Amino acid sequence: MQHLWLIPAFPLAGFLVNGLTGRRAPRSVVNAVAIGSVVLSFFWVLKVLAVPGAMETAHVERYFTWFASGGLNIGFDLAVDRLTAVMLLVVTGVGLIIHIYSTGYMAHEGGYYRFFAFLNLFMFFMLLLVMGANFLLMFVGWEGVGLCSYLLIGFYFLRQSATDAGNKAFIVNRVGDFGFSLAMFLTVVQFGALDFAQVFTQVNTRGVEQNAGALTAIGLLLLVGATGKSAQIPLYVWLPDAMEGPTPVSALIHAATMVTAGVYMVARCAPIYLHAPIALNTVALIGLATAVFSATIGLAQNDIKKVFAYSTVSQLGYMFLGLGSGAFSASIFHLVTHAFFKALLFLGAGSVIHALSGEQDLRNMGGLRRKTPLTFWTILAAAVAIAGVPPFSGFHSKDAILLAAHHHAPWMYWVGVATAGMTAFYVFRAVFLAFFGEYRGSAHPHESPAVMTVPLAVLAVLSLAGGYFNVPRWLEPLFPTAGGHHDQLLVLISVGAGLAGIALAYYFYVARPGTADRFAASLGWLYRLVLDKYRIDEVYAAVVVRPLVRGSEKLLWKGFDAGLIDGIVNGVGSKARSIGGVLRLAQSGYIRSYAVWVVLGALFILLVVGSWGGAR
Amino acid sequence: MSGGVPLSWYLMLSAVLFSLGVAGFFFRRNLITMFMSIELMLNAVNLSFVAFSYRFRQVDGHIFTFFVMVVAAAEASVGLAIILTVFKNRGSLQVDDVDSMKN
Repeated sequence: MQHLWLIPAFPLAGFLVNGLTGRRAPRSVVNAVAIGSVVLSFFWVLKVLAVPGAMETAHVERYFTWFASGGLNIGFDLAVDRLTAVMLLVVTGVGLIIHIYSTGYMAHEGGYYRFFAFLNLFMFFMLLLVMGANFLLMFVGWEGVGLCSYLLIGFYFLRQSATDAGNKAFIVNRVGDFGFSLAMFLTVVQFGALDFAQVFTQVNTRGVEQNAGALTAIGLLLLVGATGKSAQIPLYVWLPDAMEGPTPVSALIHAATMVTAGVYMVARCAPIYLHAPIALNTVALIGLATAVFSATIGLAQNDIKKVFAYSTVSQLGYMFLGLGSGAFSASIFHLVTHAFFKALLFLGAGSVIHALSGEQDLRNMGGLRRKTPLTFWTILAAAVAIAGVPPFSGFHSKDAILLAAHHHAPWMYWVGVATAGMTAFYVFRAVFLAFFGEYRGSAHPHESPAVMTVPLAVLAVLSLAGGYFNVPRWLEPLFPTAGGHHDQLLVLISVGAGLAGIALAYYFYVARPGTADRFAASLGWLYRLVLDKYRIDEVYAAVVVRPLVRGSEKLLWKGFDAGLIDGIVNGVGSKARSIGGVLRLAQSGYIRSYAVWVVLGALFILLVVGSWGGAR
Repeated sequence: MSGGVPLSWYLMLSAVLFSLGVAGFFFRRNLITMFMSIELMLNAVNLSFVAFSYRFRQVDGHIFTFFVMVVAAAEASVGLAIILTVFKNRGSLQVDDVDSMKN
């Protein structure tokens, strides 16, 4: 026993303490509880991983039977294997850094204890998600992080747009979760179990032919769940809106951890996908489409957080491309490095926003290089990492994915390379617009306090050097690498695309400012279409949301509820009243008319009894 | 019942008294008169009970009669109280004036 349950239990305790008593506690106590619980969790992860030989096989701890029904037995089981270990380190490590940063970022905000209570609750569910040893426990974490995402997006609940964004995230995720539930039902029907170990053993030992259809269906349904949580086409629309939440939330939940849950889940279910080539290919196609689609949107956004949000969607697309190409370890590798550099980008953006007292529009920034030097250098570190400049972290993981994609289908590699170029362009566009040139805003920029800049520096080091954590080798016992040859030319091409993107951004926004605007103007409607995010939200509103709302209003509310249900209830009442109205006429109020009725009744009874008796 | 008055005579008298009660109930408008008509009907029935009881040598009819008398006494007190109240409130004993339960 290594007491794995302690890892999620610490943040849960932090949530309970802060949630129940934080309102009256001083901020230092709230900080201590929130950060302390994550620190304890982080150290417990290290302790579990440090046990010699701990990671040779999956380490499962069974605590109690959650429920048993028929042949199905669901236990509250936590497990740690090499994949979980990577996720645990990312979640608790990056989570810890972001918790520390948040104490600076949220210093002037109301609802301080509420923020940290939700953040701790999120950590609990996220850890449960990655440690659950069966689909159902994973689903509990899966739903829980969705709940925390909703709560934190809508953190500024007095702002209509924030609550709308929270609702959107929650409702869009319901679609994905529906797919996940269906996949679980199908798994139970097909394998009679939900334990990862049991299901995957059966998948590997049974003949492929008799299960091919079911495995493909399970794989595709799980993918529906993953597209919801990990913001892939067609369910990505909630993630850009999720930027309404506080920036540390965007960094932790909507960049580093929660949105990668779909990637983790697909990697976890690798045995299923490896036996379902159609599903696996769909994963690759969706990932690639998402990567290139959202990268193009990112090119034209003016809100610094929106740029990074679309970048996140695009990078998640990369991870799905890697998964679909069979390079599970490369995807997890990219998940790790992405957690570093994207968390850093968001925290850096948060530092900029903090410095400018809430300004998020890139057009009102500029020249911040000298005003906020630490933020500038750390964001630059993240930018070179995401652009795939060697030897920084993004280069290693992105190239692993692109090589696997080339191995899978060469055309996917070329689309991926084009996306890499766009990625470099839009990230450096944001950097150049924010930090170079002349300051165009009206606030008084100031560098953030050390409690924010030190986490930035730590993440910067990780972003630069994170590529040397050799995650694929660590994961090799789980996911044997495809063994594709390491083609130097392909690497050179993708690095070249990234450098070209940086150079183009430099030319557009530093060397010749104004070129970009003229170029955009020359594109006309195409530029406006991209600026409006292809009007996907409007299309969804017209095709899905409005018919649903209208249908609910006309059919379900006015037709069914107000018409049928209320109609039955009110109808019974009014019928009783009208029948009573007729009967009321018999009540004349004159005693003698009642007497007549009595006599007539008596005569009637006499007649009946008489004739009946006579017949006998 | 050897000799004496035959049973049918008692029954006939009872029927006549009962009909008088019914007719009085129907055709008089004074509440007290109607009340007396009711008493008449009750006692007409009592008469037939007693006659039957005597004829068949069984005690049941007597017992019934006692019950009816007890109920009639109770009814008389309650009824008179009601009539008194009606008169206090309306200053009239005309039965057709008491129609506040109409419809």
